Amino acid sequence: MNVIVEVGYLIATFSFLGGLKFMSSPKKAKSGNLLAAVGMVIAGICTFIAVTSKTIPLLNLSIALIAIAIGGLLGKRMASKVQMTAMPQLVSLFNATGGACAMLLGIIEAAQIQTNATSMTIKILLLLGLTTGAIAATGSIVAYRKLAGKTKDNRKTIVVLGSRILLILMVVLPFLFFTNILPLNFEVFCYIMAVAALLYGILFVLPIGGADMPVVISLLNSITGIATAFAGFVYGNKAMIAGGIFVGAAGIILTLLMCKAMNRSLLKVLAGKFKNSTNTEDTEEQNIKSTSISEIAMQLSFASKIAIVPGYGLAVAQGQHLCGQLQKILETRGVEVDFIIHPVAGRMPGHMNVLLAEANIDYVHLKEMNETNDTMSHYDVVLIIGANDVVNPAAETKPDSPVYGMPIIKAYASKQVVVMKRGMSPGYAGVSNDLFGMDNCCLLFGDAKDSLQEIINQLKLI
Amino acid sequence: MDFIQNNLELIYFVIFCVFIGIEIIANVPAILHTPLMSGANAISGVIMVGAVIMMLQIPPNNYLLLAAGGIAVFLGALNISGGFFVTGRMLKMFNTKNNKK
Repeated sequence: MNVIVEVGYLIATFSFLGGLKFMSSPKKAKSGNLLAAVGMVIAGICTFIAVTSKTIPLLNLSIALIAIAIGGLLGKRMASKVQMTAMPQLVSLFNATGGACAMLLGIIEAAQIQTNATSMTIKILLLLGLTTGAIAATGSIVAYRKLAGKTKDNRKTIVVLGSRILLILMVVLPFLFFTNILPLNFEVFCYIMAVAALLYGILFVLPIGGADMPVVISLLNSITGIATAFAGFVYGNKAMIAGGIFVGAAGIILTLLMCKAMNRSLLKVLAGKFKNSTNTEDTEEQNIKSTSISEIAMQLSFASKIAIVPGYGLAVAQGQHLCGQLQKILETRGVEVDFIIHPVAGRMPGHMNVLLAEANIDYVHLKEMNETNDTMSHYDVVLIIGANDVVNPAAETKPDSPVYGMPIIKAYASKQVVVMKRGMSPGYAGVSNDLFGMDNCCLLFGDAKDSLQEIINQLKLI
Repeated sequence: MDFIQNNLELIYFVIFCVFIGIEIIANVPAILHTPLMSGANAISGVIMVGAVIMMLQIPPNNYLLLAAGGIAVFLGALNISGGFFVTGRMLKMFNTKNNKK
């Protein structure tokens, strides 16, 4: 019986690996997801097989099964109802459930433990799993509320200070406890740590700005993974350890990628800080040319290759479907349309790709900036919708600019740039954009969605 | 030192997992980062396995712990099913006309 279970966990581990591996191409990703899900089911079944050899109280078994059934159904319901723009919220909510599960696990296990019979290693692992789980749980809930626009950023000193004090406490207290300086029962100590970690999760996400959310979500995801791995050590369950580590690795890689794409260090993001911009009051007058819808429509219909650079502003205006329409119309006229997507466009890594895919845009046309930056001059028109900092040439030319060093989409290198903007307000980083003053750039003011709609209407007439 | 001696096999396992995980995930293109993340999120729901193991060990007369365990299993299951379904839904939208590529 044991062999079957062990093999089952082995299969589950490999299916997780395979599932993640298949995520490297959009064609295979669907089967990858299925594979990982099958692995998960196998892991679940194995767990029940493993315990059938012992006598289990019927009550426990039925509660477990009912909980799985309700959780499964509710998850399916939530997943099928969500809007694609609300995807980051949902993912962080699910992340919170994973973290909370890890925390509860630690607490219950601690409540049952025979204080002296359990080795120190297990206790440390339990504590680690419990604290990481708790941080991920409340952190993700705050992130969820921020993404949904229910909580505002809070950079008050008390929040920042409080989170630092808690962090220090969470490092120091276990030392005191395990060296027997702190005369507490292990169970009580676990409760204290859990409360501290729950609070820390809240305080640590509160000061982080809305546009830094891709970093935070990836980081929290990674923390949940690590919590899972710790719990796996406690039970000596390899499927849990492996799964947890893979998730932890994925989260950390994405976190670092996002930080790199924003040109900010992880610590700065977490502190909610920007590079102290020398606030160069850009007094140099920008010679801004504005353009009209009909002119853009003309330019687009005579172009042979155009690119659209979408930013989060497009998603806010719900304009992605219009982008899809625009692409269809232009394609029937033999114009090639690419979408160039900056890594931090959207509220979670790769979010913009999903939104455009939802608008029925062929993923062959979804380009990363590295693919296109060298061939930017091939584009006749580059349409920038709701993006700002990611196309700011100051990142390459002005060492004193806060965005300096950030990888950008070299829109300025194309033949003609059209920026669709609400007003002249600067972007998220609060820097003025040199692109707007360039000779090959003109601006179209107004709501992105309305403008797109009118361009489409005009194109239909031409 | 004792710890390392007793858990050598596990330590090997962890190190391999870290490297394999990083290798595999570093190859995922930016276009699929959101599904990767929600898929990974679903995989972290494997914590439910631990919750079930624990659940079945709780003494059946300890109702408080049973309730907490039930919630833990429920949260884990929610994480798994929600994660996989939402990833599947997202991936379904990634389409291309030239299927040969």
